[in-house]
Amino acid sequence: MLKILKYSFFDLIRSRWSYVYLLFYLLLGCVLLFLNNDLSKAVITLMNIIITLVPLIGTIFGVMYYYNSKEFTELLLAQPVKRSSIFIGQYLGVALSLSMSLIIGLGIPFALYGLFQSNEIWDFLLLLVTGAFLTLIFTALAFNIALYNENKIKGFSYAILLWLFMAVIYDGLFLMSLILLESYPLDTLSIGTTMFNPIDLSRILILLKLDISALLGYTGAVFQKFFGTGFGLVLSISVLSLWVILPVLNIYRKSRKKDF
Amino acid sequence: MKGTVLYKWIVIITIFLTQFAFAETITVCISCNISSLKDAIALAQAGDTILVKKGTYKEYNIVVDKPLIIKGENYPVIDGEDQGEIIRIVSDNVTIDGLFIINVGTSYTSDHAAIRVVRSENFLIQNVVLEKLFFGIYIEKSNNGKIYHNKVIGDAQDEYNSGNGIQLWYSKNVVVERNIIQKVRDGIYLEFSDNITINENTSINNLRYGLHFMFSNDDLYTNNIFENNGAGVAVMFSKRIKMVNNTFRKNWGTAAFGLLLKEINDAEIRGNVFEENTVAIKVEGSNRIVYSNNNFIRNGYAIKVLGACYANTFEKNNFLYNSFDISYNSKINDNVFQHNYWSSYTGYDLDKDGLGDVPYRPVKLFSYIVNRTPETIILMRSLFIDIIDFSEKVSPVFTPDNLQDMTPKMKRY
Repeated sequence: MLKILKYSFFDLIRSRWSYVYLLFYLLLGCVLLFLNNDLSKAVITLMNIIITLVPLIGTIFGVMYYYNSKEFTELLLAQPVKRSSIFIGQYLGVALSLSMSLIIGLGIPFALYGLFQSNEIWDFLLLLVTGAFLTLIFTALAFNIALYNENKIKGFSYAILLWLFMAVIYDGLFLMSLILLESYPLDTLSIGTTMFNPIDLSRILILLKLDISALLGYTGAVFQKFFGTGFGLVLSISVLSLWVILPVLNIYRKSRKKDF
Repeated sequence: MKGTVLYKWIVIITIFLTQFAFAETITVCISCNISSLKDAIALAQAGDTILVKKGTYKEYNIVVDKPLIIKGENYPVIDGEDQGEIIRIVSDNVTIDGLFIINVGTSYTSDHAAIRVVRSENFLIQNVVLEKLFFGIYIEKSNNGKIYHNKVIGDAQDEYNSGNGIQLWYSKNVVVERNIIQKVRDGIYLEFSDNITINENTSINNLRYGLHFMFSNDDLYTNNIFENNGAGVAVMFSKRIKMVNNTFRKNWGTAAFGLLLKEINDAEIRGNVFEENTVAIKVEGSNRIVYSNNNFIRNGYAIKVLGACYANTFEKNNFLYNSFDISYNSKINDNVFQHNYWSSYTGYDLDKDGLGDVPYRPVKLFSYIVNRTPETIILMRSLFIDIIDFSEKVSPVFTPDNLQDMTPKMKRY
């Protein structure tokens, strides 16, 4: 598995798209800091971008990589290599190279700007950690979609739909249920609902760490009480990990049975 | 003509000399014959000056019952040893100048103050430093006085067992100027006090409000700084208050605001700066208020309107980078928005008259939803919210469609 991981990883590292992705984040970080001159404001803007863009890129890249390297995969399958290690290796190769682009791309400008001397370092680290988690989650989901769909067009549409659902539609449904049930106490419901969507979970985790959380008022206080404690943080990190582990397990299960 | 001028001078000099002839100066110091302020007051005649030399005087319940000038030299310390009230003024024409008063007693039944003025006219309290206090300067049913250039530094921890820095109760025509007030419950508190002028004060780090009005009319406050208080300024149940050129800064927290207006009529809010407050102005049931030339910079909400507010005018303000410009909870709008600059305005100006050709709608759909169901705030900064805000901006359905600035400025003031 490690060999395949290494191969996929270096294959991707050498590819043009990783560089474009890395450069994009580098540029983004620089421009944000240049325009804002303020680390905490830059972190807020960055959060907006990360919670929408990272899942999108993770999904598209994952699906694309799977379909592109299909012939190579089939070649590998003819060798005496464990099936699961082929797919998990490929998955990790994609996910890790994407997370690396994210972390290096954003880390360099912020580090140069004097992140280590500022108080924002924990917020920024949280941002990077959730960004990496989102990459891992959405790449895994993308691999799942690709494994289930031989048809490329179908696979791509499902992938985009998945992103659309998680990033936009889910919040719409969430909003509607909150409005419909407004006469009931909604604290537990809203905490529960955020747990089921990694994008929402990451958004709230970061939001509560920033001083903008004061805007959230009473609801924010409820969330702060839940997520602000060590227990809440551990719980949300474990939910995020669960979001990684479950799809990966499914890749493992599906790849063993799949007929090529 | 020359004769009249000369005559005037003679009169002035005569008055001056007679004043001087009668007024004596009594010196108080630790090693003098008179070593306590109380003794000095007992000895003094009306109109005398008591000069207090540097030193520590352990005294409390000092009653000033005749017109006197009590002047400290190099800030003598009056230590109340937490026994109770320190100075009580019950006579007209009293001046207190340059004292350092500490350790006012805390009581839950009577409001002990460092300096209390009771039913007296023409008082002047200046250059006084107060520390470790319960109430600072308490003006009670006293008119025509001045509180100038004092420093009140409290160490309040909880709202229930702390007092106010400067409190005016049933007092008229008082000037409160250039004071610095920190870490008390309310920096300056006015109750039933009319025609008060509050000028160039600095009120910071207070537990509750920087400045608090209750049932007080026709007051003016200008050029003050309110920073990092539990909430900046609360104006409640008062009429015709003028608020000009003040700075409200960093009143940040889940229940904080820069300025609260509750049941206020006919006020004027002009030229103030609101910077980084959770809610810059929170308005409830306030009518006929003119908001002009204010700067709202990086607040959570610039203006949050709750309840019936009619016939207000918002003009020539700068709204810069607030999370929500206006939050409004009713569908009826009777307020006028004109000639404001909105940093999130995206329209164009084809006829180059400096005003945008497309009206600006300051109420976002999301702020409307949050007003209805507060829990939905949890969706803040989600992509979905940006999308619905955008569609509402294009064609308003839920927000009041006449709540708009028809003449938004293209450049900030």
